[in-house]
Amino acid sequence: MNTPINIKVKVNGKEYKRAVEPRLLLSDFLRHDLELTGTHVGCEHGMCGACTVIMDGVSVRSCLIFAVQADGHEIETADGLGTEDALHPLQQAFMEEHALQCGFCTPGFLMTIIPFLRENPNPTDEEIRTAIDGNLCRCTGYENIVKAVKKASVKMAGKAK
Amino acid sequence: MNNAHPGLPEFDYIKPATLAEASQFLVQHENESRPFMGGTDIIVRMRDGFWKDKYLVEVKHLEGMTSIHFDPVKGLTIGAATSMNNVAAHPDIQRYYPLLAEAANSVASYQLRNRATVVGNICNASPAGDTTGASMVLGGVLSVHGAGGLRTEPLTTFFLGPGKTVLKPGDIVTAITFPIPPKGWAGKYIKLGRNALSDLSIVGVTVLGYPDAATKSGYRFHIVLASVAPVPFVAAAAEAVLAEKTISDDVLDAAAAAAMDGCKPIDDVRSSARYRKLMVRNLTRKALDEVWTKIK
Repeated sequence: MNTPINIKVKVNGKEYKRAVEPRLLLSDFLRHDLELTGTHVGCEHGMCGACTVIMDGVSVRSCLIFAVQADGHEIETADGLGTEDALHPLQQAFMEEHALQCGFCTPGFLMTIIPFLRENPNPTDEEIRTAIDGNLCRCTGYENIVKAVKKASVKMAGKAK
Repeated sequence: MNNAHPGLPEFDYIKPATLAEASQFLVQHENESRPFMGGTDIIVRMRDGFWKDKYLVEVKHLEGMTSIHFDPVKGLTIGAATSMNNVAAHPDIQRYYPLLAEAANSVASYQLRNRATVVGNICNASPAGDTTGASMVLGGVLSVHGAGGLRTEPLTTFFLGPGKTVLKPGDIVTAITFPIPPKGWAGKYIKLGRNALSDLSIVGVTVLGYPDAATKSGYRFHIVLASVAPVPFVAAAAEAVLAEKTISDDVLDAAAAAAMDGCKPIDDVRSSARYRKLMVRNLTRKALDEVWTKIK
């Protein structure tokens, strides 16, 4: 039992090959095996959204996926978004609008919002609120997050993300 | 290789090449294996210690498991591993089965719906399943690949109790099919949760109605209630009222009361039984009103 499985996963454009225990979660694989700690782990029950990553273009909860299920798939995490000197427009907007305090939930919000804005580059406040309903933030009360998404959408629409 | 999560039991991950191979493996490892698709419920139950299967048998990658096909004569087929978001966003489903799209959209969060499936929701046999009611009133039938080959299982006789269904070891649901809905139909799903989204239902009410010359009232209604019985509850008494008496506000009231009287909810962490009963009456009345306005 617990036979390791060889997997090949592309994360933020880079290919990784690893042998993993079947019970290893994608979230733990990213954080511990690949040392990409941009993905945060909160409730581990699929409720809080902190661990959201993008898998094949859509947002998913990495705490509810085994790493073996990501074999052959493409993952994007917050680690791949921007650098300190060159933030992604969404990260920049989060900073400017003060859309975070402790920052624990932020990577999950970012990875939820990025595919949302790809599909809906010009969202209303209502659509933004619906899009982030699977992400919990205990600091901001969400107001500034909605503002930041709005701001980023305007910026990103200009650049055609 | 390090740090497999200590909260999760050890198991082996099996990825069979064919359905036949998958069924055979599941039969050979009866009571210690289960088919695995999105995993959004299975992983949580494993973590919480309820399930300790030795083998998870991946079936999502098998042929036809993620396809959606609509035929104007035969109806709709949804592969078992199709995500709820893909169901909710499919143009044919939005056009011909909007009730199903609505129900799929009411489940948990967007990220979860990218992994969760309608068939998985049904096979978990939770009385609170959000997509079960719509699947039942729309006449859903499961395609099942078992040790003896392919067969079908209608949802009307599928559920035996919380988490219990007629499925046997080796059975893999490959798809759910729906007939073309009756002419002139309308449907409504009302979910009562602690908040508008992201929560299990305290009570769920699914209503479908359509003109039907075979009944005394000239209309037929199907009503399925969630979270009020050990299995998804068909409000047969309420359906009978609506089939037999010429429909008026009073008759809609009587049907809603019959739905309340017929169901047997329990007290649990989400709600008291009494509150559930009252909400069944009020929400059934509300759903009936909406459907009736559209079909009369």
